Amino acid sequence: MNSLLAESNNAPRSFALDRRTFLQLFGGGLIVCLTDRDLLAQESGRGFGAHDLPKEVSAWIHIAADGKISVFTGKVEVGQNIRTSLAQLVAEELMVPFEAITMVMGDTDLTPWDQGTFGSQTTPQMGPRLRTMAAAARQTLVEMAAKKWSCDAAALIVGNGKVTAPNASRSLTYGELTQGEKLVTTVSANVPLMPAKDWKVAGTPVPKANGRAFVTGKHQYPSDITLPGMMFGKVLRPTGFNATLDSVDTAAAEKMPGVKIVRDGDFIGLVAPDAYTAEQAISAIKAKWTVPAQPSNKDIFDYLKTNLESPRGGGRPQTPAAPAAPAAPAAPAADSNAIQLTQSYTVQYIAHTPLEPRAAVAQWDSTGKLTVWTGTQRPFGVKDELVAAFHLDPSKVRVIQPDMGSGYGGKHTGDAAVEAARLAKAAGQPVKVVWTREEEFTWAYLRPAGLMELTASVQRDGTITAWEHHNYNSGNAGLPTPYQITNPVTQYHASKSPLRQGSYRGLASTANHFARESFMDELAHAVNMDPLAFRLKNLSDPRLVAVLNAATEKFAWAQSKSTPTRGFGIGCGQEKGGWVATCAEIAIDPATRKVHVTRVVQAWESGAIVNPDGLRNQNMGAIVQGIGGALFEAIRFSDGRISNPHLADYRVPRFADTPHVEIVLIDRKDIPSAGAGETGLVGLAPALGNAIFAATGARVRNLPMAPSEPVAGLAKATLTS
Amino acid sequence: MSEFTLNINGAKFPVSAPADETLLSVLRNRLNLTGTKYGCGEGECGACTVLLDGHAVKSCQTLVADAASAKITTIEGLEQHGQLTPVQQAFLDENAFQCGYCTSGMILRATALLNDLPHPTEAQIIARMNGNVCRCGTYPRIVDAVQRASHSLTKGAAR
Repeated sequence: MNSLLAESNNAPRSFALDRRTFLQLFGGGLIVCLTDRDLLAQESGRGFGAHDLPKEVSAWIHIAADGKISVFTGKVEVGQNIRTSLAQLVAEELMVPFEAITMVMGDTDLTPWDQGTFGSQTTPQMGPRLRTMAAAARQTLVEMAAKKWSCDAAALIVGNGKVTAPNASRSLTYGELTQGEKLVTTVSANVPLMPAKDWKVAGTPVPKANGRAFVTGKHQYPSDITLPGMMFGKVLRPTGFNATLDSVDTAAAEKMPGVKIVRDGDFIGLVAPDAYTAEQAISAIKAKWTVPAQPSNKDIFDYLKTNLESPRGGGRPQTPAAPAAPAAPAAPAADSNAIQLTQSYTVQYIAHTPLEPRAAVAQWDSTGKLTVWTGTQRPFGVKDELVAAFHLDPSKVRVIQPDMGSGYGGKHTGDAAVEAARLAKAAGQPVKVVWTREEEFTWAYLRPAGLMELTASVQRDGTITAWEHHNYNSGNAGLPTPYQITNPVTQYHASKSPLRQGSYRGLASTANHFARESFMDELAHAVNMDPLAFRLKNLSDPRLVAVLNAATEKFAWAQSKSTPTRGFGIGCGQEKGGWVATCAEIAIDPATRKVHVTRVVQAWESGAIVNPDGLRNQNMGAIVQGIGGALFEAIRFSDGRISNPHLADYRVPRFADTPHVEIVLIDRKDIPSAGAGETGLVGLAPALGNAIFAATGARVRNLPMAPSEPVAGLAKATLTS
Repeated sequence: MSEFTLNINGAKFPVSAPADETLLSVLRNRLNLTGTKYGCGEGECGACTVLLDGHAVKSCQTLVADAASAKITTIEGLEQHGQLTPVQQAFLDENAFQCGYCTSGMILRATALLNDLPHPTEAQIIARMNGNVCRCGTYPRIVDAVQRASHSLTKGAAR
């Protein structure tokens, strides 16, 4: 599953613009570039002179003569509010108002190479880089003022985009200081940054950048891009996965006005002058496919366990001693005073279902340069795909990513971009391709299904003495246990997935936390301990203890006594620099066995908070989205076909599914800020499962726990939602 | 192809389209009014919600021929002379979005709701809005935004 991420790691870093083009873009002003190359680090703060720009620049800032500040990064905004929070960090270090900053993001011609926006890496990695450049820019401007006024730089006062001399005798704006000159400065990472405790712009609930464009319909998403002379493209889809084309008849489609068929091997697509005709034409193509027999939900977990990739493909064991190939769980040391428990947990394939499906608009210009506007979390990865697909020089491809209708890890690939480019090349005109919802469900990739097998020994006083956790197929994120256990064995076994699978918000962390935190609950009950007390007994991580205490206090865990119609449960964990504890309350109707989530309290800590409102929004969204995978989302498939590729059949959380949510944020100004888009998801599923057990006495070990209709192959679901 | 003159946001839009083309497709693909979004094309997500004579409809389930005699309001038609409507302002004030792709449909659905029920209860908001999906999960904030808009409409009427 991680191959989608891994393949980008070796890509060469390159910066498409040479120094000349770079400077031509701007009338003048100060450009600050960050480089981590040792040699350049030694030249820190010095003008870059006549040299070319360093290839290692990962982001840069331009301060124009009119004082306008532009920040360039290859990261993208997908709803996680990073455009806003990065601008806050830059404004803080530059000591300018938030409104002075414009973020230029995800444009492969304008921004330096970036591997992509995933893994909660933007805040901890891009944040400090931008802050470093902004701090260096401020320093440079102060030095320029000191030189101009022949005074001591330390005596100058900076604020509101101006440098002011002592006694306010004179002041110059940043723009005035540059005097329209083209100044380039490179800096290394050792510039002192503003401590979070002194933040004035960062750390505050600044509203979403360009929020007004989103409530007026003016913001243009990738699927909204329209070009003069643009045609509409469609691609013929096989009737199942791994199908081979037997025959095709395109005669009826070809007769439609303006329709052009594009055929290249098994790829069959078309362009039409309008979207309606394109839809009519694609459904008029008669094709016969042969679809081979393939696994279904019914046998998926046996399949995943018995169809392993080579051991090399299998992630990182937490203990080096762990066997490379799956073996029967090691028998924990015999201990007459200990209870041993073994359980299996499963999660189904689920779909990201971003509300904006994959979309792209492609245009080839007269020089052979290809420009594609598309929704992706990896604009440079999509650029690589286009370079490879059309055998182009990298300078001949530009990918632009307008802030998109989200992704949740589901838009790492460039499928629609390649299709649009292929059709546009054949048509000789710009082409837009927007996937239908059915295409999105069927031909995108899925959150992997997974099987987790856990074994542990626990002493009667609640001390865990042995631990083993194997994950088949879903991944290794969130696999290491945060509990204090001697020599735990945790291992991920990569399988040959019958369905296309890839990244998903939190990756395997949801599956591994569901298994571990459900299992922790089972162990607590096995030794007759309160689930909170049992966790605390086995924890030494102070950050995890802190979120657990914060969540359970707010929730009034100690007073929450479950009844047959009302259950309370907890789950917690840490991953990617975020610490989370989740308390859930469910109501269950004993007659219908219908589960409703009534209340969730979640405590969160990820270092210094950059934007508390954005952080609350991310946590709340993670909880609501998590309800789907926990209770009812499941891709149903058999013989190479998805049988529920529609929102009518694939249920996603709605208003009526939403509990009362309270978020408790812990602001650790002494710890660098980490990302918060993913790990907020992981506590919910186990908290719900544990609440269901507390109310009913029945342990549900398979996600989804309460599907509207039974999922084939799972023990008959006794719950619904 | 048939000729229609659509009344959208108070202006006349002549357009040639097949009578069975959806209003959503005509708005987005022929008139370039892209504030109305495609989410599913099946009437299940509400991203394409517009107003026909003040009533919220899913434009992916509405044929252009059936909208030809109605007053159509899309997200682009709410703001007047730089002034947001109370519902738009409330979504902004509550930061009731993440990616914002559902926002057009949510705002139009909420606008119709408040036309019918100026003082909705939380349960009424949930029941009326349940056909609109926010995949980012900002539902609690959207409920807050509808309540805020209800309050500011009441205050506005009292003035």
